[in-house]
Amino acid sequence: MPLKLERQENVPLAGLIAAPFVALAVTLVVGAVMFLAMGQDPVEAFRIYFIDPLGDPYTLQELVVKSCPLLLIGVGLAFCYRANRWNIGAEGQYVVGAVFGSWLALATHGTEAGPWVLPAMLVLGAVGGAAYGLIPAFLRVRFGASEILTSLMLVYVAQLGLDYLVRGPWRDPAGFNFPQSVTFDAVATVPLLFEEGRMHAGIVIALVVVVVATFVLGRTLVGFSIELGGSAPRAAAFAGFDERRVTYGVFAVSGGLAGLAGIIEVAGPIGNLQPSISPGYGFTAIIAAMLGRLHPVGILVSSFILALTYIGGEAAQISLRMPFDVTRVFQGTLLIAILAADVLVRYRIRRVEGVRHA
Amino acid sequence: MADVVPSDPSTLEPPPALLEAIGLTKRFGALVANDHVSLAIRAGETHALLGENGAGKSTLVKMMCGLLQADSGELRFEGAPVSFPDPAASRARGIGVVFQHFALFDALTVVENVALGLPRHEGLAALAARIEACVHRYGLQVEPYRRVGELSVGERQRVEIVRCLLGDPRVLILDEPTSVLTPDESESLFRTVDLLTAEGRAVLFISHKLDEVRRLCQRATVLRGGKFIAEVDPRRESAASLARLMVGAEVPRTPRIVTHELGEPRLLVKNLNLKGDGSRGSALIDINLEIRAGEIIGIAGVAGNGQTALFEALSGERLGGDAEAIVIDRTPAGALGPTERRALRAGFVPEERLGHAAAPDMRLSDNVLLTTHGDGRNVRHGVISHSVLHAMFGEIVKRFDVRFGGRDPKARRLSGGNLQKFVIGREVLREPVLLIVDQPTWGVDAAAASFIRTTLRAKAAEGCAVLVISQDLDELLEFTDRIAVMCEGRLTAPVPVEETSREAIGLAMGGAETASAQGDADAA
Ligand SMILES: Nc1ncnc2c1ncn2[C@@H]1O[C@H](COP(=O)(O)OP(=O)(O)OP(=O)(O)O)[C@@H](O)[C@H]1O
Ligand SMILES: [Mg+2]
Repeated sequence: MPLKLERQENVPLAGLIAAPFVALAVTLVVGAVMFLAMGQDPVEAFRIYFIDPLGDPYTLQELVVKSCPLLLIGVGLAFCYRANRWNIGAEGQYVVGAVFGSWLALATHGTEAGPWVLPAMLVLGAVGGAAYGLIPAFLRVRFGASEILTSLMLVYVAQLGLDYLVRGPWRDPAGFNFPQSVTFDAVATVPLLFEEGRMHAGIVIALVVVVVATFVLGRTLVGFSIELGGSAPRAAAFAGFDERRVTYGVFAVSGGLAGLAGIIEVAGPIGNLQPSISPGYGFTAIIAAMLGRLHPVGILVSSFILALTYIGGEAAQISLRMPFDVTRVFQGTLLIAILAADVLVRYRIRRVEGVRHA
Repeated sequence: MADVVPSDPSTLEPPPALLEAIGLTKRFGALVANDHVSLAIRAGETHALLGENGAGKSTLVKMMCGLLQADSGELRFEGAPVSFPDPAASRARGIGVVFQHFALFDALTVVENVALGLPRHEGLAALAARIEACVHRYGLQVEPYRRVGELSVGERQRVEIVRCLLGDPRVLILDEPTSVLTPDESESLFRTVDLLTAEGRAVLFISHKLDEVRRLCQRATVLRGGKFIAEVDPRRESAASLARLMVGAEVPRTPRIVTHELGEPRLLVKNLNLKGDGSRGSALIDINLEIRAGEIIGIAGVAGNGQTALFEALSGERLGGDAEAIVIDRTPAGALGPTERRALRAGFVPEERLGHAAAPDMRLSDNVLLTTHGDGRNVRHGVISHSVLHAMFGEIVKRFDVRFGGRDPKARRLSGGNLQKFVIGREVLREPVLLIVDQPTWGVDAAAASFIRTTLRAKAAEGCAVLVISQDLDELLEFTDRIAVMCEGRLTAPVPVEETSREAIGLAMGGAETASAQGDADAA
């Protein structure tokens, strides 16, 4: 039976608001079915996954720590996606940012370098991520190459580059041949917010970014030109906004924030450079951006929800012996559910008539 | 062209209704766009739907073809109740609609666009041949393998009409088809309509050009403020009496042209060339033009002869590279972008309202920003002042009588004519010294068209230089000072309106050297 999508004349506002909630509900139902299929009691599994982490002060802190990179990257992605530029390679920009910043940490390791090291590392991280993000932007502007493909492919280049560095030139000589760098000096480490626990200063940076991004996107001409370029490119050109500049700009912001997230993570919770410095933050942040409706404050909430799937996944691994892939399934289901909910709000599904002509 | 004689109203009994709307009502929030409207389209007749901008004409059409669902009321097809859940359902019954705002995909070619609208798939080559045949038969020029993104509004209008005709409709609904067609193209369309009705089909025709309606239609339904006002025989009415029905009051006439002193040149175009890089419109070849403060120059021509390229070259959306080729108010501007040209106090209004002059999915107040963000009023140090923006928005709405439902709707929600008033008002209130307008009155009703022309005249009198590109020859003859003709990327020298005629301009559109009444004899 042929089906087709038809754009709705009047998209109900209530529908647009409800879409992410419906998507969350659908994800939970799919999750319940999955748990049943795995022979688990869904109620029990949900408790371990989503309820227990919220009741425990330690895991609550951990949640905030995990949501920090998601938030930074997600806000950057919102710039791209509002402009209708689909940066899928934040994971790569995150890695390159981490590498750029770590270079300074390693270069100053064991010297008398002062407290300027960390700020300089953060700047380097952001610059590295931005530069890496500008590659797909350049390929699109200059050759018309799809930024979706190029940015995604560059992720693997970055990951393999990192792998080479930590196994080769940057490996800690006193590290029993483990593929990792030396542990960063104190001046090259993101300070903790409180004596106890894991909350670090990167979280404050992320919150500042949310405030600034909300202002830029909502109140400034730059934010307006991004939005306009995404929603009506020809009108944007008529208004005098250069499409190429917007493309470079949003990729630089998005890559820069991803790079910043990378260096904060390495110089903070992780403490040194390793082959694997991300459980897929760059990809999960795509979901956070979409679930948060491309609004910085929305992304603040959604990155918390997605951090919960990470923490819950770890808990379920331990107490239910469930594979970590369950978390991936959750995240993937959530993304599909949001995208589907958006389409269903904006379009109506119709059966194609007139088949009798055939 | 000889007048088309309206078919003889010999039968006393009205022919049976093919498609009938009974008491249709449609609300958008608090606004009642259609209030118990009834209308019957009869076999063998051309029925006009008249009303001011925002009267609810397009809304009624959308309900009659299933694009919108009525809140109450009923539709009948050949006397039996029907409901159309979507346009495909009405298409299956043989109802073809040409909408006011086109639904074509820019990235696809004409023939691919046509193929998408047809239920059964045939080869593109076969379809292209059918298009050619249709073009031949009805005299509407369409090239099947052009990309739609390259076409101007007039050309797209022709594509939409041809696409609709290929569906072999029993009921043909045309929402303002002639506002971007040249007189010749309109004539072809009228002949087509007469052919169709002679075969027993029915046509619903929406237009703001009342003379057309009086020639073409046997019946007319008038709407005002969403309500049914009257059904009349337009042949027995005068344009003025129809207008009175629509507005509920007398319609002012555009004042005659007043001659006045011309000032210094505001726009100088010297040997402007533009390569046809396949993006939009055809190339420009050696364009020369001077417009002085106080005058209005019109550019006539069949759509698709380079008008879009000329507009984009002048607005700065397409740069030719040579800074001296375009001089605005004594400043070489050929290498400047749109914002910098606006800073020289130039204003531009493109032909396409939705997607070019305005972002369809943004609010009207945000759309004010499009051309005013560089004027130093609503943006300070990169920060948008929403209070100033809203004040400007309010002024445009008030001064140009832009009507809509709600407080600040998305541009997409406005009726065609009201959006046109908005984009014109936005530019005029910037107090430009050079104003370039493509299709100034596309789709606006008689009163608003007269208001826009009067406003442009007044601007000229204040010392603004105005360039008007239009397919509407009567409009150009009515309110411009000199007329030039565009044909295949070349522009003839402008000729004073008193020294030219419709015939001379028509010849020049076909490629003759000059549009002056004397010149056409030896050029032909
Ligand atoms: N989707 C919509 N949502 C809200 N309001 C709408 C919508 N569509 C139309 N309107 C409003 O309904 C009224 C009637 O609009 P409609 O497009 O039917 O006018 P029209 O008679 O076709 O005018 P025009 O001659 O300018 O094309 C207008 O005030 C318009 O703003
Ligand atoms: Mg309309």
